[in-house]
Amino acid sequence: MLLYTLKRLVYATPVAFGVSIVCFLLVHLAPGDPLSAILPADATQATIDEMRAAYGFDKPLPVQYLIWLWHVLHGDLGISIATGRPVLGEVSRAVVNSLILASVATVIGFTFGTLFGFVAGYHRNSLADRAASALSVFGVSVPHYWLGMVLVIVFSATLGWLPPTGAGPDGSGNWRPDFDHLRYLILPAVTMSVIPMGIIARTVRALVADILSQDFVEALRAKGMDERGVFRHVVRNAAPTALAIMGLQLGYLLGGSILVETVFAWPGTGFLLNAAIFQRDLPLLQGSILVLAMFFVLLNLLVDVMQTALDPRIERA
Amino acid sequence: MTAPITAASLALDGGVLAAEDAAPEVAFVPSRGFWGHVGHRLVRDPVAMAAGAMILIVVLIALFAPWITPMDPYKGSMLRRLRHVGDATYWLGSDELGRDMISRLMLGSRLSLFIGVTPVLIAFVIGSGIGILAGYVGGWTNTILMRTIDVFFAFPSVLLAIALSGALGAGIFNSIVSLTCVFVPQIARVAESVTTGIRRRDYIDAAKLSGASALTIMRVQVLGNVVGPIFVYATSLISVSMILASGLSFLGLGVRPPEPEWGLMLNTLRTAIYVNPVVAALPGVCIFVVSIAFNLFSDGLRAAMEIRQ
Repeated sequence: MLLYTLKRLVYATPVAFGVSIVCFLLVHLAPGDPLSAILPADATQATIDEMRAAYGFDKPLPVQYLIWLWHVLHGDLGISIATGRPVLGEVSRAVVNSLILASVATVIGFTFGTLFGFVAGYHRNSLADRAASALSVFGVSVPHYWLGMVLVIVFSATLGWLPPTGAGPDGSGNWRPDFDHLRYLILPAVTMSVIPMGIIARTVRALVADILSQDFVEALRAKGMDERGVFRHVVRNAAPTALAIMGLQLGYLLGGSILVETVFAWPGTGFLLNAAIFQRDLPLLQGSILVLAMFFVLLNLLVDVMQTALDPRIERA
Repeated sequence: MTAPITAASLALDGGVLAAEDAAPEVAFVPSRGFWGHVGHRLVRDPVAMAAGAMILIVVLIALFAPWITPMDPYKGSMLRRLRHVGDATYWLGSDELGRDMISRLMLGSRLSLFIGVTPVLIAFVIGSGIGILAGYVGGWTNTILMRTIDVFFAFPSVLLAIALSGALGAGIFNSIVSLTCVFVPQIARVAESVTTGIRRRDYIDAAKLSGASALTIMRVQVLGNVVGPIFVYATSLISVSMILASGLSFLGLGVRPPEPEWGLMLNTLRTAIYVNPVVAALPGVCIFVVSIAFNLFSDGLRAAMEIRQ
């Protein structure tokens, strides 16, 4: 187990390096000079050169990468061009908000997804099974930014039950766990939960159907175990895969929340990315993407290790 | 280079002829072939057929849009803004600038389909190439190519698409480039695993023994046997691609106004959700319907192709 964890860690290192290279190169993909956004149009060549030197853009690319990586490894993601504040602070504040939203969405998606999946897996080809299939197709086919808009139209614009945008009544960027703030969380969380719900329902249905068709279930029933006991066995066998998928979905939601966060003006990483893109704040863009991608790499690692720990039958290379 | 192939195919033909000679009294029934069987099964799948019909209708609308729109999709009217669905002149209402919704939705299908389907098509070609090369050659080539691909898998697709388009800047071309970059690794990974699965098969050895070059084997034997599964996988990506492409336009990173595109229309109509919510939601209905049609068709195709088992 320890050996596997170490192996997996060794394997993740080059991926993490690759991710850092991609994030670094993103800034250089951008058309024009990265500084053009902050320099006045009539800046003299001397000013431009001075700024280029100040930001380190005058050095060769590999050197720039190593300097950048050195700073990143010391927790310095640079300074936001638009606000002049350290990128790390901006990103961590946003990550906390996104994490709250993504976690709640994952929990909602997982709860209903497993529920539908179990019912469908137990009663195959029944009405519930068809409903679960429809739900999973709906979950992966619906443009979630549109679903968000529809929910706002129904629950805010028409019924007036829930607030349409923001994270709290004071308009602040900090979410607190009280009733007033909870009301702001419901619509974006439900919107985001639809994708993992569909995927988890589909997976759990297939898992449960497969487990129920195995010989050991028949053996358990033959020796007189009641359905509750059999159910416990089914859950234990389905849990590792279902939990692994839940973990990965959390990562996808965290990285893919930008569209939903934009619809609901939720002050998370998606919202930050949106601002970074349109203000051409490249250090902020680079920093947010690096943090999100690294989080995803870490989550993948955790999921793999946890899955192996939960299910000792999984022998991995 | 062509001689060994001809020899090999002749030998194959010879074998078939010999088998027929052995049983001359059996009437010759032309085999449907693999794709024939797939088509036959697909036609009997009502859900897949309905989805296919839906896609066909949207494609036809997109092709003929400039000639069949009831009104000018670009001509606005300050007096007739945000008309409701069912209006005598504007059947599906009018948008925030008083332009006819149904005409804009019809014309919008062109760009939405184009920016959604093109990345998958390009990624299908590039990704299959990379995956087949990595899978067939193996060894270090495989390691280098597939580890590079792994790096792109470390990004959730939405994040990668937005990061690339955000860095490249807004525009149709850039959004197609970034979405292609999102799908190439996914298709390459599938292509690699399918190719690795068949590279030890007897017919590959036979082709090698007949003297065919690696390039020829990849083109004839490998491609012929892996293209089906890769294609099915690629069709399942079209739905995601449509949602993402329109999503980029929704964020302001794709198509620019005044061109009609469903994602962009959804964005500009966001301000109207209190005045005319039904009209504001219409472009999303179009994205949803097309996306679900592609998903169901792809599911049907996959089911129809599971003949071999």
